[in-house]
Amino acid sequence: MTNIIKKNQNTLLEKEKKLGLILLLPTILIVLSVVIFPLLANFWISFKPISLGDLRPPKLIVKERIKGKLSHKYQLAEIQYRYRNSSIKYDLENVIIKDIIPNGFTVKDLQPAQFCKLKLKELTCNLDNVSSRSSGKIILKVHKNDQWQKELDNPKKTKPLVTFSSKNVLTSFEFNTENFKKVFSASEFFEVLKVSFYYTIFGTAGALLVGLLAAQILQKSFRGRSIVRGLLLFPYVSPVIAVAFAWVILFDPFSGIVNSMLVHMNVIDKPINFFGQKYTDIIIFGYVFKFPLALSMVIAFEIWRYFPLSFLFILARMQSFPEEVYDAAKIDGASPLQQFYYISLPFLIGIMSILFLLRFIWTFNKFDDIFLLTGGNAGTRTFTVNVYEQAFAISDLGAGAAVAVVIFIFLLTFSLLFMRYSKKETF
Amino acid sequence: MFWRYGLFFSILSGGIWGIFWQIFFTVIGILTLGIPLSLEISQIMIIGPLAGILYIISQKFLSIKFHISAIIIITFLIFISHLGNPYQVEDENRLIIFMLILLTSFFIWVSLNHSLYNLSPGKLSKYDIESFFIKFLWGLGLIILILITLIPFYIMIMTSLKNQQSLILNPLDLSVNLNTDFKTLFNSYIELFTNFNFHLFLINSFIVSCTTVIITLFFSIPGAYALARLRIPNKKIFSGTVILIYLIPSIVLIIPLYAIFSYIGLRNSLFGLILVYPATTIPVALYMLRGYFSALSSEIDDAALMDGLSRIQIILKIAIPLSKPAIVSVGLYVFMIAWNEFLIAFMFLDDPSIFTLSRGIMSLNSSEIPQQHLMAGAVIATIPVMIIFIYLEKFLISGLSAGGVKG
Repeated sequence: MTNIIKKNQNTLLEKEKKLGLILLLPTILIVLSVVIFPLLANFWISFKPISLGDLRPPKLIVKERIKGKLSHKYQLAEIQYRYRNSSIKYDLENVIIKDIIPNGFTVKDLQPAQFCKLKLKELTCNLDNVSSRSSGKIILKVHKNDQWQKELDNPKKTKPLVTFSSKNVLTSFEFNTENFKKVFSASEFFEVLKVSFYYTIFGTAGALLVGLLAAQILQKSFRGRSIVRGLLLFPYVSPVIAVAFAWVILFDPFSGIVNSMLVHMNVIDKPINFFGQKYTDIIIFGYVFKFPLALSMVIAFEIWRYFPLSFLFILARMQSFPEEVYDAAKIDGASPLQQFYYISLPFLIGIMSILFLLRFIWTFNKFDDIFLLTGGNAGTRTFTVNVYEQAFAISDLGAGAAVAVVIFIFLLTFSLLFMRYSKKETF
Repeated sequence: MFWRYGLFFSILSGGIWGIFWQIFFTVIGILTLGIPLSLEISQIMIIGPLAGILYIISQKFLSIKFHISAIIIITFLIFISHLGNPYQVEDENRLIIFMLILLTSFFIWVSLNHSLYNLSPGKLSKYDIESFFIKFLWGLGLIILILITLIPFYIMIMTSLKNQQSLILNPLDLSVNLNTDFKTLFNSYIELFTNFNFHLFLINSFIVSCTTVIITLFFSIPGAYALARLRIPNKKIFSGTVILIYLIPSIVLIIPLYAIFSYIGLRNSLFGLILVYPATTIPVALYMLRGYFSALSSEIDDAALMDGLSRIQIILKIAIPLSKPAIVSVGLYVFMIAWNEFLIAFMFLDDPSIFTLSRGIMSLNSSEIPQQHLMAGAVIATIPVMIIFIYLEKFLISGLSAGGVKG
């Protein structure tokens, strides 16, 4: 009896397993093809010398032309095939051009004779190797014969068939580590590393702190609180391209409001290029400090755009906290600061550390914001912007992929840290 | 010690509120009048504290009459101090300047009323001092927070309504003349829809975003149900992988995607976008929905199984109807991600007839196209998201807080 139940249970379990896998299969397939496969392809590309131009595969361009008049019987005319290797870099191998010469023509001469053969109607030219940028001609001297029919026998009717093989950098098994050498030995590598970490650490911590402050402010109930809560989420929900350009225009050195306001109020003498100036001198007690202006502006944008998230999480956490604890603390004579320091903060530290780690990962991976604000200029080039810069601005796909690999390794390290932490804390 | 007395705090908060509102209304004045107003800080640094002292010593007989007369007194003081204003304003602006001064004093008094309420001028306990500071900083913080959040949006809308001439003439003049007719006011918008194909971009964005939502939900609902309910081997590893994949940014994938999609000829097409977007949103949706489905009690499922429903029927007839709000919020969140997506659209689309809004706005970012067109484009892209957000804020907030670590 128990055996039967067990057996039934087992078959049920098997069924569930099967169904579960079927339900998950589409997801797995999509993620495999659009995330995992490109990820592996990125590793592949990072070990190859590929430039943007290599994405256009080399081609043999063949053009068929007729010289002379074919309409006269026994008068020689030429059918020409001009071919050209479109690539400026790669040779084509095993090039074969095939075409059909209609019955109505008699071929008198065939050039170059060592490559081309005419078998019945079929012309086969085995050109073997066509080096890069080179071109050539195949010339057939023909005349019309008795079998010629007006409608059928146009030599241009059949298109020449071209087959060839070429070395394709993308699929070949040639690897080297040049890209990584390039990335790591570049003088700017440490600059990029520094900027990335400055941006990530200050951006994340700033957004978290402002979020904490906003949550403290909005915890107190007042009229219109839910409206304010909605307002504060605006920066996060609106498209990055819209708000980034709004910031750029707000701080524009020529027609920006901030600059002309500051000039009018006599705070500054001449407009400041907030997103285009790497350093600005700040004089405090006679000491001159070099303040990284553009980077700070980008960090400020990051804080402005992402504090709503930390705010939302922290507020949700605080509202789940029993109010009585504060009442008890008040009776015991704890001051508001003490209440915050000894009650709220320990309660929030868990969610805040998780938020910090997750946001840290995301800020490190952030591309759009910096790209739209400064384009990575003026000392704001992080790793992510460097991917774009290498791959699409300098057209060196390989080097870009190598930078992407560096990002991925950082990401993996951070994620493992996150996984270890988040196990201890309930999210 | 002098700083333990309430009087000191009244002076302090009077000064700070005075400076704050003075700056605020000077800026407002500059923006609405479009004329340079100088910032008068020194006078307000005396008037503000005086107002603070006035408030704290007269606390016992506060009444509406007293409030009104206090505001009038402050207004009078500011007005007198402004008589030496180097910018002699024209007659037509004088009333507005007066209104601004009145508003300044009104807000100074209201702020003082909030932060000094029930504070005695005498010696204070540590608790009272801290309470005062928290109350004071609360008000200041709230106002600054709202201002900082909204200013870029304000600039966006106002710039989009200006014309090129007036922008170059005076960038400060953000006043909008409501007497002008519709056509001149919304000139940039009309221009975008007639000459820049923005109607196409809007349609494209809608097609891409809606398709992404449908595909995402279609695949992630059964997947999330399987992860939440069914006994699958290595479920934990699978869930962990989902989170990990969800953390991979598109910048890491963009080079191979660009290469592969160029090769197979899908790069410059909306279909290519529709292939890529769901792959980035399915893990998010899966992760969020799994949480919701796990929260449903499994007894209903068991009962339904007993009644002979298959698992697919359970998903269709029980799980989906029960978690409709959750599915709506996930759908909205996915819509938002797809609508706001920039990088892939920017890299993939070359042909202006298939631009999405993000890509279309990027094409406006050139020195030949006037600024207000760019801002009008930004407003057009923002409005649909805002409408969704305002109408369905509750849903969206729960969606954000479940999956919002991404972005």
